[in-house]
Amino acid sequence: MNIVVDNFDAYLAGMIDTIVLTLVSFALAFVVGTIVAGFRVSPVPPLRAAGTAYVNIVRNTPLAVSMVLFWFGLLPALGISLSRFWAGIIVLTTYTASFVAEAVRAGINSVAVGQAEAGRSLGLTFPATLGQIILPQAMRTVVQPLGSIFIALIKNSALVTIISLPNLTKTGEAIGTETVQFFPALLGAGVAYLLLTLPSGAAVGWIEHKVAFRR
Amino acid sequence: MKKQRWLIPIVLLTVALMGVACGDDDSPTVGGDTDTTSDGPSFAAGSTMAEIQAKGKLVVGTKFDQPGLGQKNPLTNEVEGFDVEIAKLIATGIFGGDASDLGNKIEFIETPTPVRETVIEQGTVDIVVATYTINDARKQRIDFAGPYYLAGQDIMVKKDNTAITGVESLVSGVTVCSVRNSTPAGRIKERAPEATLIEYDTYSQCKDDLLNGNVDAVSTDNSILLGFVAADPDDLKIVGKKFSDEPYGIGLPRGDDAWRTFINDRLEEIYGNGDWEEAFESTLGELGVPTPDSPPAVDRYTSAGPAPAPTTTAAGATTTTVPATTTTTG
Repeated sequence: MNIVVDNFDAYLAGMIDTIVLTLVSFALAFVVGTIVAGFRVSPVPPLRAAGTAYVNIVRNTPLAVSMVLFWFGLLPALGISLSRFWAGIIVLTTYTASFVAEAVRAGINSVAVGQAEAGRSLGLTFPATLGQIILPQAMRTVVQPLGSIFIALIKNSALVTIISLPNLTKTGEAIGTETVQFFPALLGAGVAYLLLTLPSGAAVGWIEHKVAFRR
Repeated sequence: MKKQRWLIPIVLLTVALMGVACGDDDSPTVGGDTDTTSDGPSFAAGSTMAEIQAKGKLVVGTKFDQPGLGQKNPLTNEVEGFDVEIAKLIATGIFGGDASDLGNKIEFIETPTPVRETVIEQGTVDIVVATYTINDARKQRIDFAGPYYLAGQDIMVKKDNTAITGVESLVSGVTVCSVRNSTPAGRIKERAPEATLIEYDTYSQCKDDLLNGNVDAVSTDNSILLGFVAADPDDLKIVGKKFSDEPYGIGLPRGDDAWRTFINDRLEEIYGNGDWEEAFESTLGELGVPTPDSPPAVDRYTSAGPAPAPTTTAAGATTTTVPATTTTTG
């Protein structure tokens, strides 16, 4: 286990990279995913179709494939030059947003129909009903599913290694190569991931408790 | 009960398919057995050569994305290149006959750079012939026969690039691409620490990113780069200043001295009878790589002995010896 102790700074830097990637892309995915969920329950058929198409395409494509296609295919084809960091964030965000959208939609469907009807009879528009009445209730019920998506994202972010973006897994592999000791080096990375995911799980439980309806 | 009745045909079908699959696996091995023991040269019982002859197949780890060395031809699904030809020549040394008679007596498994030691240690393959540079750090885990070719690290840039003229031009602000966790990538870190190193899974991705303008240079063994330049001479060029020696060896389990001696003997045999030269000319030679004046001399070094069995327990001890060995010898 010496190599983990000797390379502590490198692991720490890798953890910070992974945390930044996760937080930025989750924040964006939460916004995008909620909007897509709104599309999916919208009364406007083209918006519903667009939301459904987005979820079906993005959620069913392996993240590793999207990463390669986006960096080596789409960006050059469109002639767009983008930093590796933002390319990684965009792919992680679009992928995660499709899962967020489905979780939020499930939450929306769990809110009693009477709530939306009451909103409408008060003269609220659909966006206003959704934003002010439905979503505040829906979000409380989907804290756990969103937490699972967050934890999955911490681990999924390792795939940015494909486009040579620093993160915890890349660090573990690099240390493994330098020392020719892949097993302990990756074990160190695995433990570091647990240091991120276990507290995240605990935090999700705490948030759920905080926002729960007092019954 | 009624609901599950549809399961019955599915279960029966699955069982039937499994039966077919197993049957398929067994029959050629049995046939191959009787065949090989009758023709090929004979080996001491218990040796790796005898074992491979008995199982009727040499399993080789190679790369599938290295033009001229080991590349899967999408049209034929065959792997082609110099590494592949060398592996076939070793296989004919075990089974006798010509490379064209080998058929299913040789199997190629894709082994990208990061997995090469592991597949040898786990016995997934018998040998690895995959642009595998002999070095001391790797000798801690596996052994090498050969070398069978002396490559050297060079730099590939876009045809119109005049700024990069050698490793000394790889300064701060220059992005260089190589394969993740490979020897060339490590050498860039060492020789051009100021440059930004981009690491991908394959050299083809590096080449794509060079053409896309995302990286300024690609650096690895010249034989690999020459293959890319040969395929796209209008857009790519090689700087042409080797800054390292990369002796390509054949990876095999650590401490199997009889197996290593056999491969080294076989290499010397094909150096002498012209097969080596022919293999080179039909692969790398076709891509414009000049055939070396003579094959490299094989290095019959003393092995560190059989590998300590479980990697986990040895981890602490081996870690401390790696840097020490590297500094004394290299």
